[in-house]
Amino acid sequence: MTTQYSLAELMICAASTAFDNDGEVLATGIGVIPRLAATLSMSTKNPDLMMTDSEAYLLSEPNPIGPRSDDFVQRNETWMGFSRIFDNVWSRKRHAMIGPTQIDQFGQSNISALGSDYDKPKIQMLGVRGLPGNSISHANSFFVPSHNKRVFVANECDVVCSIGYNPERLPKGYQLDEVDIRLVITDICVMDWQGPNHQLRLVSLHPGVSVDEVIEKTGFAIHVEDNTPTTAAPTDEQLAIIAKFDPHNIRAKQLKDNPPGVRAAAVTEDS
Amino acid sequence: MNKLKTATEMVAELRDGMTIGIGGWGPRRKPMALIREIVRSDLKDLTIVCYGGADVGMLCAAGKVKKLIFAFVSLDFIPLEPFFRKAREQGELELMEIDEGMLLLGLRAAAWGCPFIPTQVGLGTDVLKHNPDLKVVDSPYDDKEWVAMPAIKLDAALVHVDHADERGVCQISAPDHHMDDWFVRAAKKSYVSCDELVTSDHFNSPEAARQVFWERSLTTAVCHLPGGAHPTSCAPFNGIDNKHFLHYNKCAKEGGFSAYSDEFINGKTEQEYQELLGGLAAIRAIPQTTY
Repeated sequence: MTTQYSLAELMICAASTAFDNDGEVLATGIGVIPRLAATLSMSTKNPDLMMTDSEAYLLSEPNPIGPRSDDFVQRNETWMGFSRIFDNVWSRKRHAMIGPTQIDQFGQSNISALGSDYDKPKIQMLGVRGLPGNSISHANSFFVPSHNKRVFVANECDVVCSIGYNPERLPKGYQLDEVDIRLVITDICVMDWQGPNHQLRLVSLHPGVSVDEVIEKTGFAIHVEDNTPTTAAPTDEQLAIIAKFDPHNIRAKQLKDNPPGVRAAAVTEDS
Repeated sequence: MNKLKTATEMVAELRDGMTIGIGGWGPRRKPMALIREIVRSDLKDLTIVCYGGADVGMLCAAGKVKKLIFAFVSLDFIPLEPFFRKAREQGELELMEIDEGMLLLGLRAAAWGCPFIPTQVGLGTDVLKHNPDLKVVDSPYDDKEWVAMPAIKLDAALVHVDHADERGVCQISAPDHHMDDWFVRAAKKSYVSCDELVTSDHFNSPEAARQVFWERSLTTAVCHLPGGAHPTSCAPFNGIDNKHFLHYNKCAKEGGFSAYSDEFINGKTEQEYQELLGGLAAIRAIPQTTY
């Protein structure tokens, strides 16, 4: 049996595994694919997860994405406005998945600004937002829609917004193991930080992708073990749940040209 | 007690060089009518503290900002604020760029009269590198170091609420009141604009009273400005005016802030501004965003 699925759907399923063993924590997926990933995990493997409506309420069941019918009833559980989000962050019961603009070999990330001159950046972006607090307080995963060397940078990030596994930046009294960076889900593979000395490690390759392609598109050395498996294909049940929570197919607009989950032929596009 | 003032009177109480906190969050419930009044004024050299949106962009573009204390500036669906971006890329701004939670702690420290609040947040990141004034202290109880997040004391706070009475009792019935209560508590003076001015018995309703997040003693003055948050949202009255923000964003690329400002702000009253948008009824018809 071969079920057709899109790369976005493959990434949602791969990303959802990040939350499967979390127990009762607040799952925050920023962006459509991370949010659907948390939704999928909460609907299948980890019903104990908590999610918000992306505004101010904690939900007992995730909201579908996009416009909802007038008779839709949101399953509120409690108020979870921004100030309480911080109470939750600092009490450590959270797992956030975000898409940084830069990620370096230490798992440090950047969404603030690009360029070597901080006082006059080449490109100003958002600012550090909540990354410093998220990264030192709880589990974090990364979502990368386009795996290339501009994202996985050769040197340290231009602005280090989140703490990672850089021994030179380790605060006094801390152990590197206290930092908790989990999965990295990209358009070509899944990785984690469980290589030697928290090196970025290849976990699985999306169908049709080679190890060489991942190495070529990553700006620093990664740890590769023998016989890297292929990322698990979505099941029919998973695809049905994704469709239920994304009834307007907004996921199809997240990756350029909405590519299929299984590549027709290996195409290497240099960054 | 009557604390009613006009927007012009409120802005006349502000001085060059002041540290001013602005309530709201990104494109949500910003006191934009007061921001427009500042854009029209001679004020300069301000230090602005906020969870930033178009308030920061407009004040930067109008040359009002010397320093920005912030965690982000964004219009949400337009992720990067165009005028803030321009000001930064031209190297015009002094910055204190900190985590969202650190900003909250700084306001709380000011509100509680503490010189600082210890936190782990910021350790291991460039927040410390780019803010050399931020001190790290040893814990008296274990071997770990902590960031001593200093109090962010505000000369004035500007916020917009949906309902208020003339004594300064303010209601925020939006799903989230964001950090407005902490901005008000951290400030020497708080200037509040409201969509609807109500009589005090409005707050006899337990539900309304439950949505009052600070005591009236903290409100310095109240200004009745229906639609005063536009183009940002103010539940239950209006959602975010995405169409207007697209136009604003386009102005940043063609014509610059002077084009936008000449069209909507310079030499115009708030009423004339609203007439350009089709009047208050058109603003109130903008639906709330579904996330």
